[in-house]
This record gives sequence, structure tokens and C-alpha cells, in this order.
Amino acid sequence: MKKARLATLWLDGCSGCHMSLLDIDEAIIAVVQRADIVYGPLVDAQEFPVDVDVAIVEGAVSSQDDLEKIKRVRERSRILVALGDCAITGNVPSMRNRFLVKTILERVYVEGADAQKGIPTDGVPTLLKQAIPLQDVVKVDLHVPGCPPSASAILFVLNELLDGRIPDLGTKVRFG
Amino acid sequence: MSQQVSVRIDGELCTAAEGQTIYEVAQANGRSIPALCHMEGLSSAGACRLCLVEVAGIGRLLPACTTPVNTGMSVTTESENLAHHRVMALELLFVERNHICSVCVSNGHCELQALAQKLGVTHVRYPYNYPRLSVDTSHPRFVLDHNRCILCSRCVRVCDEIEGAHVWDIAARGINSMLVSDLDRPWGESENCTSCGKCVQACPTGALVEKGRAVEEMTKRNVVVTTLAAKRDAHP
Ligand code: SF4
Ligand code: SF4
Ligand code: FES
Repeated sequence: MKKARLATLWLDGCSGCHMSLLDIDEAIIAVVQRADIVYGPLVDAQEFPVDVDVAIVEGAVSSQDDLEKIKRVRERSRILVALGDCAITGNVPSMRNRFLVKTILERVYVEGADAQKGIPTDGVPTLLKQAIPLQDVVKVDLHVPGCPPSASAILFVLNELLDGRIPDLGTKVRFG
Repeated sequence: MSQQVSVRIDGELCTAAEGQTIYEVAQANGRSIPALCHMEGLSSAGACRLCLVEVAGIGRLLPACTTPVNTGMSVTTESENLAHHRVMALELLFVERNHICSVCVSNGHCELQALAQKLGVTHVRYPYNYPRLSVDTSHPRFVLDHNRCILCSRCVRVCDEIEGAHVWDIAARGINSMLVSDLDRPWGESENCTSCGKCVQACPTGALVEKGRAVEEMTKRNVVVTTLAAKRDAHP
């Protein structure tokens, strides 16, 4: 049987969801026997490839760069999974949404800086007005809430998806 | 002795006392209707709309917690239509204010969060409102975080009906509704507040909490409120 093509993406999150994915421990061996991880922080690929079966996305959409990435990922993936509260609700990154971007940047990089005061512009993507859930900009096929979702929930999701089913999470997961 | 009435709950014939609500009768007959603003021992407010039920012959859904039973009434407590409306009501509570469960003092002990899990809500289909709301830390022992308030009015009722102090009210209307203490003064300046903490124990979310609690540390004992209410009923 042809191996499934699995990709992961890390947007505006703390990487905790990826850590929780690694927390499935040795079960990852069984997963990579059934699927190739073709992109993500855990592997080396530079470009998000085409023809991905399952893309698992951590983090909110907070910058222009996030926005372009998630749109490309949607175009190139059959199933898009929002993993964790940041990708689903905005979560902690969205706590800035009540303030103007300019106000936050000034607070951090001007008022809050001891040296080299000034808002960085070189090599950093422009922030969007708000940090938003994935589903505000792309179609999401499955939501797996949690901060982070438990390793057992992630493993259940992976196994179901690799078996060709969209998992019914029922009461296995919750916000927070 | 109050009059007996006969009603059907999900087809089953049940006997109830006149004046009992659909919620009470359903619960007494083993049904579990989701509820957030309802609290045993307090009057009913019908604020959250989680307890909606179908009543035969009535063209709209009714809140079980405020609707008294009548003889011959036929009530449905579970259906696809009800599930649809209950989930929607819950989702709207989440988008209205800022519920960041992961950093909330009530994470893991919150009735709103638990109900979302119970009803299988894995995401909210509506855009979040992200309002800018204040946190009142003026009371020496407690905190009011408007970001987490669902305007259920349990605190209003417990303070009025059990403690007899009536510190809380809900001011304004619609999306502008806001919990206020003593005609909208900081809680710490309230002349009526006895610092009894019943509102904190009754609050289903992380909106009214004890000071000094970190994330996940705020557990509530709303049995305190229901026990007190029951004792008062026993000795009127
Ligand atoms: S009050 Fe409840 S639902 Fe709201 S953030 Fe806190 S834990 Fe989550
Ligand atoms: S503070 Fe708590 S008890 Fe009072 S209205 Fe808000 S959510 Fe309900
Ligand atoms: S429990 Fe009936 S409306 Fe809230």
C-alpha cells in the first residue's frame, strides 16, 4: 500500500502541540511505517510540498507570512487538521486582539526596550490586525482542541486518519 | 399540599407538583438537561438558553428552567433540533467574550468548559468578538474578570436571595450588558458586600474567583450554596 503523506505546520503557537505529538513516544514508529512526514519542524524539507494527504497545523494565523503559508497548505493538502486551541480559537496569541498592533509593538520594542529602541522591520513578517483561528481564512476538516491536545487524542486522530476515517472525537478533547 | 399534575417527559408519564418547572420534573425523572444559569436553591432566570426543550403544540423552544409544568403537557428533552440549538447557544457564549481556557484560573473546573466537552463542541463556528473588558481587583479577597462572565446572573441571585445583600446587578442591554456591583462602583468600594464569597462559589466560570489563584487552581464548591438554600427551605 502506498504510504500516506503527512505534513505538520507551526504558525503562531508555542510548539506545545508539536511536543504533544512527540509525546506519543514509540507509537510514532508505527505512524511513520504507514506515513511519510514530508514537511514540518520535525523534518528537513524547505518548501511545503504538493500532494499532501494530511496537514496538521498548530498555531493561530497572526502574520502575513502565516496567512500565505496556511493558504498554500490548504491548496496542497487533502485534509487539514487544526491542532490545538491557538489554531481553533486564537487562544493566547489572540489576547493581543484588543489592542492596536502599533500600540503593542511600541510597548515591547520602544517602551520596553533597554537598548536599540525601535520596531523591527527587517526580515520579520508584518503582523495582521488580529491573531485569528485557521477557519477564519481556510476550510478546516477537523478540529482537535486542547492546550495542548493530549498525546492519546493525537494518536487516535492519526490512526483514524491513516485508516481513512475522519475521527469522531466525541468527548475525548476539550478547550484548555 | 399542592395539586398534582401529570405530564409526559420524552413519552414517559410523570407526576409532578403544580408549580414545578419542566427542568425540576425532568431531573426528578432521571433526565439530564444541560443548564448553566440554573442553580438548585436559587430562583430561575432563563438567561443561558442551554436548557431549551420542545413542548408539543408550541411552535418555539422553551427554557425548561423557567417553564412550569401543566397537566397534559408533553415535553421532549432530547432531539437533533434541540442539540443544534443548545450547541449554538453555547458557541455564542464563547464568542461573546474572551475565554482563554488554557490560562484561566478555572481551567479544568469550569462549567462552561465542561459543558462544551459534554456536548462535543470542538470548535466554534462564529467569529470571535474579542472585546476589550476590564478586570475588577478592588476587592481585598476576590476578583471579577468580565472576560469570563457569561451573564448567567447566578451571583446576582445568590447575593440577593441567600445572602440578602444584593450587591450585584446586570446593567445595560444586549451585547453591552455588564455585571455591576452597588450601582456600578468598584467591588472593593461596595457598602453592601459582606465578603461572604457565595457569589464566587456560585459562579460557573472563571469570572468570580478568589485572589491569588493561578491557572487551574480555582475550584468551586457550589454545594455550599445549595446546602444553605435547602436548610433555609427546611426552616422558613
Ligand atoms: S471561564 Fe471557563 S470557558 Fe471561560 S476561559 Fe475559563 S475555563 Fe475556559
Ligand atoms: S460573574 Fe459568574 S455568576 Fe455572575 S453573571 Fe458572570 S458568569 Fe454568572
Ligand atoms: S438553565 Fe435554563 S436558561 Fe439557563
